[in-house]
This record gives sequence, C-alpha cells and structure tokens, in this order.
Amino acid sequence: MNISNLFKIAINALRRNKFRAFLTMLGIIIGVASVIAMLAIGEGSKRSIQQQMSSMGTNLIQVMPASQERGGVQLGNSNAESLTLKDISAIEKSCPDVVAVSPELRASGQVVYGNENWPTSIFGINDQYLNIKKYDLSSGRMFTENEIKTMGKVCLVGQTVVEKLFGKDANPVGQNIRFNKVPMKIIGVLAAKGENSFGRDQDDIIMAPYTTVQKRILAIDYIQGISMSAASEQKADAAITEVENALRKSHKLTGNDNDDFRVFSQSELVSTFSSISNVLTALLGAIAGISLLVGGIGIMNIMYVSVTERTREIGLRMSIGGRGIDILMQFLIESVLLSVIGGILGIILGYLASNLVGSIMGWPVYVMSSSVILSFFVCSAIGIFFGWYPARKAAGLNPIDALRYE
Amino acid sequence: MENSTIIQVNQLHKDFHVGEVTVRALRGIDMEIHKGEFVAIMGASGSGKSTMLNILGCLEKPSSGDYQLDGINMGDLNRNELAGLRNKKLGFVFQAYNLLPRTSALENVELPLYYNSKVSSKERKERAKEALNAVGLSDRMHHMPNQLSGGQQQRVAIARSLVNDPVVILADEATGNLDTRTSYEIMALFQDLNDKGKTIVFVTHEPDIARFTTRNIVFRDGLIKGEHPVTDRLSAQEMLDNLPPDEDVDVSL
Repeated sequence: MNISNLFKIAINALRRNKFRAFLTMLGIIIGVASVIAMLAIGEGSKRSIQQQMSSMGTNLIQVMPASQERGGVQLGNSNAESLTLKDISAIEKSCPDVVAVSPELRASGQVVYGNENWPTSIFGINDQYLNIKKYDLSSGRMFTENEIKTMGKVCLVGQTVVEKLFGKDANPVGQNIRFNKVPMKIIGVLAAKGENSFGRDQDDIIMAPYTTVQKRILAIDYIQGISMSAASEQKADAAITEVENALRKSHKLTGNDNDDFRVFSQSELVSTFSSISNVLTALLGAIAGISLLVGGIGIMNIMYVSVTERTREIGLRMSIGGRGIDILMQFLIESVLLSVIGGILGIILGYLASNLVGSIMGWPVYVMSSSVILSFFVCSAIGIFFGWYPARKAAGLNPIDALRYE
Repeated sequence: MENSTIIQVNQLHKDFHVGEVTVRALRGIDMEIHKGEFVAIMGASGSGKSTMLNILGCLEKPSSGDYQLDGINMGDLNRNELAGLRNKKLGFVFQAYNLLPRTSALENVELPLYYNSKVSSKERKERAKEALNAVGLSDRMHHMPNQLSGGQQQRVAIARSLVNDPVVILADEATGNLDTRTSYEIMALFQDLNDKGKTIVFVTHEPDIARFTTRNIVFRDGLIKGEHPVTDRLSAQEMLDNLPPDEDVDVSL
C-alpha cells in the first residue's frame, strides 16, 4: 500500500462527505478563530495602556513636597515648601542613575492674545523637561541657558493654546502673548500629545523658564516639584533610592526624621495598569479556552460519529483487501487534513475577526503569534486524536463484524 | 473441466462463544472446489453456510482444520497477510451490494486496486472500465449508486469483485435483494463469467437459483448433508427470454 493511494482514498472520502467535512472543520475553525480574536483584544488593550504609559515616560520619576514639621507642627502636604533649587543641583551631583532633571512650577491663569483669551496653566521648567516628559517641538526652539538665567520672557505653547488664541494650524512663533499680565514672546510650539490616560489635555499648556515662572509669575523662592528621568526603566528603582538619599542629605534629615518629600515613579503606575489588563487578557483567554474546549468536543463528536457511521465501509474496505493499518492511515490522513485546513482557515478568520472588531469598535487589537500557534496546535491535536482513536478501534475490528454493523 | 483444485478444506470446525454458550457453526467440513466450477452452497439459515463462506473468503479463521486457497494454507497467515490474500485472490459479492455511497460506479470498481500498490492509477482505471464492460455497465460508469437500480448496483459489485482477477468469486445471497427477473439477469451474468472460466462459489437458500450452477453442496447443522452435480442445469438467459413481458418492470429501485 503506498502513501499516495492512501491520500487519494482519504481525499475521495472527504469529497464524498463535503458537508460532514465542513462541519468537522467548523469546530476547529471557530475554536482557533475565537482564541485568536479574544487574545488579540486582550493583548491589544494591554499594549495600548502600556503605550500610553510609556508616552508619559516609563522612566519618569517625580518628587513632590510632603508635610514639613516646624516646631512639632505638621504643615500638611499642600502648603509644603520643602523643595528648592538646591535640591536640583543635589540630585544632579549625586544621582548617577538620573539622566535628566528639571524643576517644575505650575501656575494657573488667563492667557491673552489680542482680543482672544483662554484659561490655561503655565509650567516653569528647564531645557531638559521636554525630554523627561516626552514632548516634542513642532516649530521654533527651546529657550537657552541664558534665557533661564535672566528670567527671559519667552515661552513654548501647546497646540490647544495655539488653537484657542490663533486658530487651527496657525504658526504663532514670534508673537507676543500675556499670561496673567506678564508679556511673553512665543519662541516655540509643542507637537500635539493628546490626552493622557486620565483624560487631561496635555496640549493645554504653556512652558516658560522656571526662573520666569518662579519670580515673575508666582513670586516664590521654593519649587513645587521635580521631574526627572532614570537612565532606564530597570534603573528606576535604583534612581529612586539615590534621589531619596540625596534629598534627605540636602534637607539635613537624620535618623527618624520623616521625609518632607514624596517620590513617585511612573513604572509603579505602569505595573498597576499592566496587572489590570493582564486580568482582562486572562479573562478573555479563559472564555477563548472554553470555546476551544467546546470546539474540541464538537470535533470529537463528529469524528467519533463519522467513524462509527462508516463501520460498514470499513468492513467493505477490509474485505477487498484493506489492512488494519490502511484503514487507520486513511482516517488519520482524513483527520489531519481536516484539522490542518480547518486550523489555517481558523487563523485567517481569527485574524480578520480581530481586525474587524478593532475597526468597528475602535478597540486596539494585537494578534499574538503565540495564540495563533497555541490554538492551531491544540485544535489540530484534538482533531487528529479523535480521528485516530475511533479509527484505531475500527481498524481492529473483525471484517465480518464491521460488515454486519448496523 | 480442468481438475486443478482451487479450494481444499479438511475437517474444518468453527465454534462461536456467545457468553457461556458455545455455538458449533461448522462441525467438520471436507470440501474441494476445482477451477472453473460454479458451486452453490445451500442450506437453511443457521446451517453454517454463511460461516463457511466467510472462512472461504478469509474474513474469519476456522477454530480448527485446514483450508488451502490456491495452494496457500490460510492457517499460516496473519491478519495483514489475509488482507493481502483477499485483495489478490478473492472477489466478494454481497447481498446488500455494499457499494460506497456518493461514489461513482467506476470509483467503486477501482476500490480493490487502490489497496494493491503494484497497480498504477492508469492501469487501475483501465481495469475498472474493463470490468464494468464485462458486466454490461460501460454506459453507467459515472453514475452514483443511488442513480442505479438494484440489479445495476449488484452488477457494479460484481465488476468490483472481478477487477482484481480473483481465483474465485464468493457471492453471499447475491440475488437475495432482487426480484425474479433481475435475479435471472444476475445469474445470467454469473453463468456467463463461469463460461469464461471464472470459479464461483455462491451461497443461496433458493433451490431454483441453485439450479443455474454446476454443483450443489447442501449444509445442515454445520455438516455437509449432501452434494450433487446439477444435471438439469438451467440457462438464466433462456429463462429470462421466456419471462412474460408484463413482468418487465424493474421495481427494485
């Protein structure tokens, strides 16, 4: 018996029973496709959260003031004035894992240009801030060292501010605006960044040298926060420790003194969100697993029934000279063909369904190759096993019993 | 008639164990069938004639005794070798035709040759066409079994049994599902094949069908009760010609 004859026999047998073959494949197709689509949705949402997080800078570390104590009296977080420009130089000096650091001051107010005005926030920062917060300039330039030193009345504006004051797509570089009555020249425009994951418009912003905001607008001698980048996401934890030590030293805190500052890192937030979306993926994966199981049971059923129903055919094939191994091989080839074709169709369908859901619902989807491989092999294995198992029983039958089978 | 022996059976026994009970289906059969014979094995149901045919067809092994088919002792063979023997030396015709559904007559006839790796696909097609030709169905080659009448289906089955050029054709109640006229047609075909030299063993319980053969062996209770050559052999073709024309309707579809 040669293998090409067996293939012809198996293909002829499948051709004779197109509908049954289709039903068998359907179980595999649905199983594979649903696993791929479900996991693609889960993975897509996870990735989109991660992407948003990293667009805020995954290695971002922020320092906020915490409650100070004066003569045993706690002053509370919001009034804390514990951070100063000295802390910036302390961090620059003694924190090797911090690659960029910027003071951060914030003032709210009304910005005016001609007869247009708009309420927004001005951030006082240094020239590293854009890197730290992943902002880009779409036109113009960053302010210079000299402009920082001299409290230069220059600023960068975000797209929302541009739109409100100058109209969409205008280029306001070189124009003068006023923020809380302080006149400032626009030297650069920030590229659009969109909303962050909490829904805050990151383009509704003006940036100016921290000295300008500190002295000309807020008239204070402390700073409201420090933003910095760790060398990498992996080094963020080491960087946090270094920053804490540097600040304790610079604030002359000893022994049991409480920190008068708080250090946050973005990666903590990222891991929180990642674990939420991991739960989501696991949930969808479980649903997909159930559909794989249901599909698998469907495959078992139809394979088992089709072998049982064809017992007489098996008897006939034996009586005209088919050996047990020939019968077994025929059914094995049939189930391999069904499983593989069904699996491939399922992959295609799963891929299409993922993208369809993605485009109709606007959900981010990402088809993982691991889910494709897993579902394909699980379904194929089920199909082949449950084609093989009853066929093996049939192949062991007495030809007479198989022929007489009702 | 040539005297070379095709089938030689000595003291053949076959027991079936059904629960605690042992059914002795064959209780010591001696039989010889020669090349070119057309033998009818007759007997009531339960006489052991079907069991005998299954053993002759190498579908079942005897409990004891010897069986030589064309010089080969089947007691020495394993399952796979028996399958090979069936494939090359035997042709089966069943009462229920046992054609594969949704498969053309030609493909049904080709089937045994698929299990013979020595036959190329070209030769397989040619031999199947020849066999269909021999049973007078060359114009029905691409019909499905459900498009054929009972008699035509049985002819396809006969063509299938012929295609591997067997040393003996074994037919089990091959006319059992057919009306009188169609039975005569099938018997005429068997007689024609026999005249061309085919050895045929035909199991039946109908005495008038047995009269178309050359020798009758009568089974009762697992033993051969009688055996006689057919002296007043009938020609199925003549019987067919003499049938009144009003019975000329084939209702076996």
